[in-house]
Parts: sequence; C-alpha cells; structure tokens
Amino acid sequence: MYAEAMPGESAVAAMQGSLLFGRLTLDAIPFYSWVAMGGAVVTVFTVLLAVLWVSWLGKWRYLWSEWLTSVDHKRIGVMYIVLALVMLVRGFIDAIMMRAQQAIALNNEGYLPPEHFEQIFTSHGTIMIFFMAMPFLTGLINVVVPQQIGARDVAFPFMNSISLWLTAAGAGLVGVSLVLGRFSTAGWTGYPPYSGSDFSPGVGVDYWIWALLISGVGSTMTGINFIATILRCRAPGMGLMKMPLFVWTAFCTSILMAFAFPALTVVAALLGLDRTLDMHFFTNDLGGNMMNFANLIWIWGHPEVYILILPAFGVFSEVTAVFSQKRLFGYPSLVYATAAIALLSFTVWLHHFFTMGSSPNVNAIFGIATMIIAVPTGVKIFDWIFTMIRGRIIFHPAMLFTIGFIITFVIGGITGVLLAIPPVDYLMHNTTFLVAHFHNMLIPGALFGYFAGTQYWFPKAFGFKLNEFWGKMVFACWFVGFYLAFMPLYVLGFLGMPRRLEHYHNPDWQPLLLVAFVGACVVLVGIFSVFMQFYVSIRDREQNRDMTGDPWNGRTLEWATSSPAAPYNFAVIPQVDSLDAFWAMKEKAEAYSCKDHYDPIVMPKNTGVGVFIGGAGFLLGFAIVWYIWWLAALSLLAVIGLLMFRSSQKEAYEIISAETVLSIEQARVRHYPEVQSAMSERSPS
Amino acid sequence: MPSSLAVKLSKWLTILLAVFLLEGCNLQSSPILYPKGPVAETERDLLYLASVIMLFTLLPVYLLTFWSCWRYRAGKGKGAYRPDWHKSIFVELFIWTGPLVIIVIIGVLVVVYTYRLDPYKSLSSEQQPLKVQAVAQNWKWLFIYPEQGVATVNELAFPSDRPLSLDITSDTVMTSFMIPALGGQIYAMAGMTTHLNLMAYEPGRYQGRNTQFSGRGFPNMVFDALSLSSNDFSGWINHVRRAGKPLNIPRYQQLIKPEMSHPVEYFSNVEPDLFNKILAKYTGQGDALPRQKANNLE
Repeated sequence: MYAEAMPGESAVAAMQGSLLFGRLTLDAIPFYSWVAMGGAVVTVFTVLLAVLWVSWLGKWRYLWSEWLTSVDHKRIGVMYIVLALVMLVRGFIDAIMMRAQQAIALNNEGYLPPEHFEQIFTSHGTIMIFFMAMPFLTGLINVVVPQQIGARDVAFPFMNSISLWLTAAGAGLVGVSLVLGRFSTAGWTGYPPYSGSDFSPGVGVDYWIWALLISGVGSTMTGINFIATILRCRAPGMGLMKMPLFVWTAFCTSILMAFAFPALTVVAALLGLDRTLDMHFFTNDLGGNMMNFANLIWIWGHPEVYILILPAFGVFSEVTAVFSQKRLFGYPSLVYATAAIALLSFTVWLHHFFTMGSSPNVNAIFGIATMIIAVPTGVKIFDWIFTMIRGRIIFHPAMLFTIGFIITFVIGGITGVLLAIPPVDYLMHNTTFLVAHFHNMLIPGALFGYFAGTQYWFPKAFGFKLNEFWGKMVFACWFVGFYLAFMPLYVLGFLGMPRRLEHYHNPDWQPLLLVAFVGACVVLVGIFSVFMQFYVSIRDREQNRDMTGDPWNGRTLEWATSSPAAPYNFAVIPQVDSLDAFWAMKEKAEAYSCKDHYDPIVMPKNTGVGVFIGGAGFLLGFAIVWYIWWLAALSLLAVIGLLMFRSSQKEAYEIISAETVLSIEQARVRHYPEVQSAMSERSPS
Repeated sequence: MPSSLAVKLSKWLTILLAVFLLEGCNLQSSPILYPKGPVAETERDLLYLASVIMLFTLLPVYLLTFWSCWRYRAGKGKGAYRPDWHKSIFVELFIWTGPLVIIVIIGVLVVVYTYRLDPYKSLSSEQQPLKVQAVAQNWKWLFIYPEQGVATVNELAFPSDRPLSLDITSDTVMTSFMIPALGGQIYAMAGMTTHLNLMAYEPGRYQGRNTQFSGRGFPNMVFDALSLSSNDFSGWINHVRRAGKPLNIPRYQQLIKPEMSHPVEYFSNVEPDLFNKILAKYTGQGDALPRQKANNLE
C-alpha cells in the first residue's frame, strides 16, 4: 500500500518518502479496522498508565538507579521475566482472538478483516518465541545459574545488560507496530517470496526483520556470556560432572544460542537487503532462491526449539529431585542426553520442509535423524520418573507442572515422531495437526518448565514464597486449557483443515473450533491466575517469608545464599566436592556458618549505558523500517559512541567494603534461630 | 474452590467431552482417514502402523508416572523411601535401549516408505499416466492438459483408476498443492517444477487446495478434483474443448491478476508450451511470457 502511494517509483525501495520522515505519514495509524485501532489505543493507554503509575508512586529514581541500570544478574533476570510476562499477555491476546475468529468464521468473514488476522498469527508466533519464551528462559538462567555455580555474577555483567535492553528494543518494535503501520502478515517464519518487497511492500515485514535482528544480537551475546560464565566462573571443585543439571541445560542452550542465532541474523539481514536495497537473495526471479531462506531459517529454527526446551528440562530435573526429596536419578544419563540433543538439533532442520521436493535419500536421512532425538528425550523422561520412584513426592505447584509436562509432552513426542516420517508429513504438513504438535511440545515442554521454575525460584529472587493455591490454579487452568485447545486441532488436522485460515466453508470443523476456543478461555483464566498469584503472594508476603534461604530443602548451591541473595551472592566462594553441593554442606552442618571477618568484594557498578544502547537499537530499527535515514545513521553512531564511552570508563567497578559485607552477613545471622529450628526439623539423612 | 463451582465446571467439561466424542463420527468426513486412492491409503496405513508402535512408548510412561505418583506420594504413599537411590545399570539399560529399539523399527519404516511413497515416482499401472500441469496463481489454480490442448481454472478432472502425473509450479508466491483424499502435498515454487503422482480408485468429487498461507485469498484457494470414468473423462474433455475460450498470452496476463475467488473456467486453444513459458519468466531461460509488476498481496 505504501509503494502505491508514492508518486513515481524509485529504482531502490529505500529512496522512497520524504527526507525527514521517510515513508512515515499519517496513513500509518491503523484506521483500516476498528479492532486494529482498538489494539493501538489499548497499547498506548497501557504504556501511559504504567508511566502515570510509576510517577504517582514517585519511583522513577528508584526504578532507574536500582533496576533499569542494574548489571546484577538477579535483577536483569527478573526484568527479563517481567518482559516475558507482559509479552505472554500480548501473545495470548493474539491467540484468543484467532480462536474466536475461527470459532465464528464458518461461511462468513468473522469479526477480523483478513489483513488483521494475518498480522495476528504472525505476531502471535513471533512474540511467543522471541519475546515471551526467550526472555523467560534467559531470565531464569540469569537469576539461577550464577548462584548455582557459586559465582558472584556472570562473566560479562555489562554485556548482560546490553542483551536485556536489545531484547526489550525488539519487543518494543513489535509493540510499536500495533500503533504505527502494521506488522508482518507472512507468518512467524516469514517465508519469501511472500515476505519480499514485491508481494509485501509495506513496513510489516521490516518490523519483523528488525525486531528479530536487534533481539537476535542480544540472544547471541547471552549465549556467549553464559558459555563463558559456566566454563570460567564455577566455584572451585565444581567439575563439569558436578554441575547441577539446570546449569548443564543452560550451558547447552547457550552453545545453541551462540551457534544458531547467527544463522537467523544472516537470513533476516539478507531478506532485509532484498527488501530495502532491492537485492535478490530470495526473490522469485533474477537468481533469487526461496529455498535458501527455508534452509537458513530452520538451521536456526530447529536448534531454537531446543534452546526453548532444554532450560525447561533443567528446571524439571531440579524440581523432580527436590520435591521427590531424593537424589536425581541417572545424572550422567541426563547430562549425555542433554548434550546429545544439543548436538543432534543441528542435524534435523530439513524436516520442516519435507514437502519441498527433496529426493527420498535426503528426506529419509533427515527423518531418521529427527527420530534419533526421541531417544535421548525418552531417556530423560524415564530418568525423571525414576527420580520420583522411591522418593516422597510433594505435590507443590512446581511438581504438578513437572508431572503435567511428562504426561502431555509424551503425546507431542509421539505426534512428532509421526511427523518425522516423510510420507506421513506429506499428509499432515501445513494442517492444524502440525500446529497442535508444536504447541504440544512448547507449552508443556517449555512454558510449563518456566512456570515450574518461577514457582520454585521465586523465593530466591524475592525472599518470600508464592501462594500455593493460586499456583495450583495456574497449573489446573493451563493443563485443562491446553488439552481443550489443542486436542481438537489434532482432529481438525485429520479433517484436512490447513493452518492460518481466516474463514472456512466446512461445517464439520466448527464444533471442534468451538471446543478449542473454550480451551483458550480456560487458559485465559490460567493467565489471570498467574497475576492473581503474584498479587496474593505479595499481599501476604510477611506470612510467607523465607528466612532460611532454603524453603524447599534444596540440594544445589543457590539455596546456600540468603533469600533474596546479597548483591555479591556469596560472601565467601564455596568449595564444592560433590554434586548437590548444598546438600553435602547441610550434611556436614557447614551450611549456615558465619565468620567474624570478611574480605572486601569487587562488584561491577550500575550503568545506564546498556539502556541507552537498547534505546539507540530501537531507534535504529524504527528508522530503517520507515526509511528515516538520518535517524538510522544517528542511532548507529550513538551505539558506537556509547560503546566507546563505556570502554574508556575508568570506574566500572565498585568495592563493597569488608564492613558492609560483615553487616549484611550479620543481618542474616539475626535469623539464625529460625535457621536452627528449620535445620533440626528436617535434617537430611 | 467451592464445590458448586466444581460441579458446574465438571458438567461443562463433560459436555465438551461429549461434543468432542460426537465429533468422532464426523471423522468419516476425514479425507485422510478415509482415503480414495492408493497413495493416500498407503500413507494412512503407515500413519496407523507408526501410531500403534508409538503407543508402546506412551503406555510405560503413563503407567510408571501414575503408579509412582500414587505409591511414592509424601505422607500416605506405601513405597519405601530411599533418598540416595540414583543409579541402576538395569534401569539405564532399559531406558536407553527401549526408545532405541522403537526408533530403529520406525527408522526402517521411514526408509522403506520414503522410497515407496516418493511423490516423484510414477505409479505402477497398466495405463499410461495422464499428464497435467498445475500453476498456482492468486488465488486459484490453473490446470493445463498439454496432450489434450485444454486448460481449466479450479477444476481438475482425470480418469479414475489411471495414474495422474502432475507437474506443478507457481506464478506467484510459494504455495503447496494437495488433494488430501488422494495423497500428500508438494510445494509449488516459481521458476521450479515439482512433481506429484496420484491416483483415484473410483469416480468421485474431492477437494483440493493450497495448504500454504499465500495472502488474502488463501482461504478460497480451493479446487474440485473430479475423478471420472474414462468415458466421462472423454466427454468432459470434449465439453471443455467446445465450451472453452482461447487462452492466449493477453488472456493469461489478465488471468493472473489477484482475485479473491475465481469460478471454474474452461479454456481451449491453449498457448503452446504455456507451462514452460511461465517457468521461463523466472528462470530467464527460453521463451518467456512478458513480466508484469508483481502484485501486492498484503
């Protein structure tokens, strides 16, 4: 639509528009549909409300100096999770709108115009993968991993802050696309040539590309950061085979991030070059080849599935052991299985397009490679079950999520193996069966894990436990809602319903789509329960204080710190001799020792540079989307300038004096009576 | 949770379950579970076979999970508590070899059936296959019958019990060609030809469609697949020859303009070698149709 509005056509797309505003005009405001306009208004009002609320509380200075500029891994982790929860709501609104549209659009247009429906299924996928799941798992890794390996922070705390703010910048671009212009309609994988400038000339795909590019740089840096952290910052004595399983999964995920995300960056950049500078990497003609795009995006895309799932596997491993009150069964098996999954995840990408006409040789090899992943995955499932066997299982919400995951994920695994058989995939590809399958992997396999992790580690981050009733409500609603929403989609796949249908003419489909819509409504209650749980728990926080720092009788080092942990985590770096290091400390009654003298601790100082780099990254993306070239150049210069400024900063560190450390540690000692009584109640052995 | 709420909730869940089960009857309308041709039938049988094998993984996981949750629950569970039990060679052997054996069995199926059901392989039959060329457009399908010199939009007729050999390309974005009752799908991409070999057992009318999202008219990008007896098919060809309008280059250029839906239309006197000329638009090799500005599909 923008291309048509331009007087005369330039040879290069990027030359369109005015010098000052590029192709940004008043047309960018979504007057084309009341639903889209409503979305824009709600977005603007939500942001305004948040700004007003913080102003009313008078907390801007606190927010800036204690949180936004923080380089403390725990606070960065919490901010990641806040971002994830906000985007979960946004992505879910997309989901329930799609379900509502399909529930009513039999032989009619429904309530959504096609161009709006298309934006919604694209933004749902993009948001849930890049701006819900990625920040959620990165947040959990940030909060937990340094504490689990006995470190004071990550290897590169400032880079961690940049990663966070680049991710937020990407999320911001997706958010702005609701208000100015429109989002991509090409699906979350953005296959060309549809996503090329010939067929999608507007700003939508550019928003998608730049949201991915900017947040992708952040994810790559997170990967590098945690590879370095886990390899270099472990407490003395913690050999690789003494790392908690969550650290192992975080490690494998980080390796996958560092190696897979560059492929995404490349493919998105190439598509951007096609669109903005009229190149021909993926166009129909002039030598372009769309099949290269499919290969490149899935070379990132399949490892991405395991980037999302492996940390959840780590959470399940921790949760199962602690709430079965037992040692983790088959630790070496779990480690090798995790590593095998990480390695194999790079060898299966072609199964996403068996139907592209590859020879049977190619399809068979990738089909078999895909199935081989089912072996280590099956091993992990059995290891968790055998951890429960001969334990004493406590049905804490985190444990419920784990059990719910096991019995649901198996179904997704089975349908996954079916889809890995090329001839079966010829039948089921592009149908709702496929949609049901990958939701069946990612909701139990990733989201349930993140929820379990939230239930489990919340006290470590905030110093009080979450309300268990509402935790069980979250589980019940998501569990029941999932089955209601996605089992019908499996059946619809057999009835031949393709995905991404805006309306349809087959009356057999409607009852099932209605059931799926009811499922989405149950999940809505589940999302409400998530926030209700936070509200109730914060309200009753005094009753639920965690004085010991170890509310679940934990086994790993993060429970050795106070809840919430001091900025430096460990006043004295612990010496580790075994797996389940904290358990060993408790057995030797060394867990709660306190010294009368501590050394001063050097910690990185808070800095706003990360926030400004994120802001400049956002402006860079926004400017290129709208062809505002002066702003793009300026924001690029700003990023470079900020990095130079930061590099020449002399005082990037501050020293926490020995006296401060002593007073913080003594404040912990005040709770010793509680610690002592808690210890005597449930001494291990 | 108040018990009345629980009762209401379970009532609703029962109703939903009932709807779900009643839908089971509707499965008879499933083109995939009730296929109408040898390709789809073999694919479905493979789906069933693999599903049954995979159930062998589901059962132990479910049984073990529920059993251990019950037996080892804190408080009332009867199971012995052994907090240090963390390895067993026997169990490890079982959990590694169990899944491996199942995957080896299914892996054999993959190899055998991927070759057997290669969509490019011609079907064995006493009769020569009917050659049809399919072109994806916005948002309709053009079918060219090169041997008969006719073409249709959104209606693919072919004799039953005789193989149908399709050459498929796209004159727009990537799409995916599928007649679910007859067999799996294959992508259609501009400048490239993909192949699909299908056959119908009996005369009938099936729905074919594009399964890959391709823009605003995607929901309507469906066509009728008419399987006819050989007599009816000759009659149909004659009818198309008589009733069809010529499909020359100007008409073709008009035809590829995006339309939300297009009625069935017949053409005779089709531009010679039209399929290859469409391909040549994108490959730049050979005699190509004139290019037009691509269409905004957003």
